[in-house]
Amino acid sequence: MTFLLKIRNLSTQYGKIRALDGISMHIWEGEIVSLIGANGAGKSTFLNSISGVVDISSGNISFNGQDISRKRPEEIVSLGISQVPEGRQIFDSFSVIDNIMLGAYLRRKRGEKKEIATDLEEVFTIFPILEERKKQSAGTLSGGEQQMLAIARGLMARPKLLMLDEPSLGLAPKIASEIMNVIKRLKERNLTILLVEQNARAALKISDRGYVFETGNVLLQGRGEDLLVDGDVKRAYLGRDYKEFWE
Amino acid sequence: MTFVDQLLQFILSGITQGSIYAIVALGFTIIYNSTEIINFAQGEFVMLGAMFMLTLNITLGLPLPVAFILSVIAVMIIGVLIDIIVISPIKKPTQLSLIIITIGASIFVKGVAMFVWKKDYHAATPFSGEVPISIGPAAITPQALWVIGITGTVLIFLHIFFEYTNTGKGMRACAINPRAASLLGIKVKRMVLISFGLAGALGAIAGIIIAPITFANYNMGLMLGLKGFCGAVIGGLGSVPGAIVGGFALGILESLGAGLISSAYKDAIAFVVLLLVLFMKPTGILGKSESKRV
Repeated sequence: MTFLLKIRNLSTQYGKIRALDGISMHIWEGEIVSLIGANGAGKSTFLNSISGVVDISSGNISFNGQDISRKRPEEIVSLGISQVPEGRQIFDSFSVIDNIMLGAYLRRKRGEKKEIATDLEEVFTIFPILEERKKQSAGTLSGGEQQMLAIARGLMARPKLLMLDEPSLGLAPKIASEIMNVIKRLKERNLTILLVEQNARAALKISDRGYVFETGNVLLQGRGEDLLVDGDVKRAYLGRDYKEFWE
Repeated sequence: MTFVDQLLQFILSGITQGSIYAIVALGFTIIYNSTEIINFAQGEFVMLGAMFMLTLNITLGLPLPVAFILSVIAVMIIGVLIDIIVISPIKKPTQLSLIIITIGASIFVKGVAMFVWKKDYHAATPFSGEVPISIGPAAITPQALWVIGITGTVLIFLHIFFEYTNTGKGMRACAINPRAASLLGIKVKRMVLISFGLAGALGAIAGIIIAPITFANYNMGLMLGLKGFCGAVIGGLGSVPGAIVGGFALGILESLGAGLISSAYKDAIAFVVLLLVLFMKPTGILGKSESKRV
């Protein structure tokens, strides 16, 4: 096994505010790794730093053995990192199929027609509902379908690493667990996944490993199931069991 | 001429004038969509198109189609240069500072144009003679037909570009959500550059086709630019169909007002219509409601 992503001492600043303060982490090929932590812990900033849409102030990001720390977003997408941003960020007024195809924007520029058609079929087998609704405008989809659309769009770039930012945000529990199942199935397709979630329990359940972020630092790291039962993590991020909570 | 005949005549000339407004309005819309800037240099693109055409076609004697294409390319380049030189170097752009910069660019371009072409009014040659063609009881000049025809072609071309090409869709995606677009690998800055080039080309086309009807001088861009802006706002700033509807509506209303009330009020009508629309439906005829633009 080799490192797909290796990050050393990454710091990112917004003006004078230090959002990430020397983060180091790694992802093995074929893993699901989740980042958990409270609001403002720097999880989204971390993803945006990897994607190149936020400039990093120091540190080093290497992907597949290549330094990508100062690369531009389009180069990073080309190299095989796709981010499905928080809040889905689909293009409401576009049709479903147009949204999906925009995921392959760079590949269409390169003229990979056949490969794109194959990938489109594959995306439709993962999300049959999107094929049914492909002519509909994306804004008319339900929240869960929009999330699926955002993931489908991310997949169309044919990434090696798919980064998902809060995919279950604002979804009913049943739909959220459906999304988690999809993520688990993506792993079976040899995709490596970096998952950012508020819903720590659900995320850790499907993860091989996890990192707990707090105010721009890595507080804890470990195997998914270990973090699930870790006392500190439980107290700080998992709350009580849903069952206990509702009763 | 009966009243109905007159009306038909006014509407015909309104459509001609409206075509120009619609193209100029589209120039505003394209740049606004990709940058949220209201590009007040849009009118200067129109003027430059007309002036280049005059120089190339009349002074240098190049054949009309060649002069047409060269003028459009020249103004397209100027549009791109404006983005490269004054817009994109801004480190922390705010909407207001960018708008003021476009006003500055417009004054600069106009100043240079005044030096180069002096303050005289120049007459451009109509594309195919001046014998009016009658349509029932009304008459239309061949140049007006050119205006309408070229505008139609431009609209179809733009429609295909934005609806069916990868780049066009990418540009629209940038307009809707630049952050999401850049995560897909769309270069937002490149799209802004293209939008300036496209706006330059559109302005130039408007200037070239209107010059034989209205005379051209260094100052013609001001009024055409403002009217185009009115058209864009009336239709709903940021909406492509809105710009077209707004431009044509403005042209027709203006022509009806000038004919039925008094031609002295021609320019005032545009701004009265603008004010009325802003009072009654501030987002324009086809504009999305404010709350949707976040």
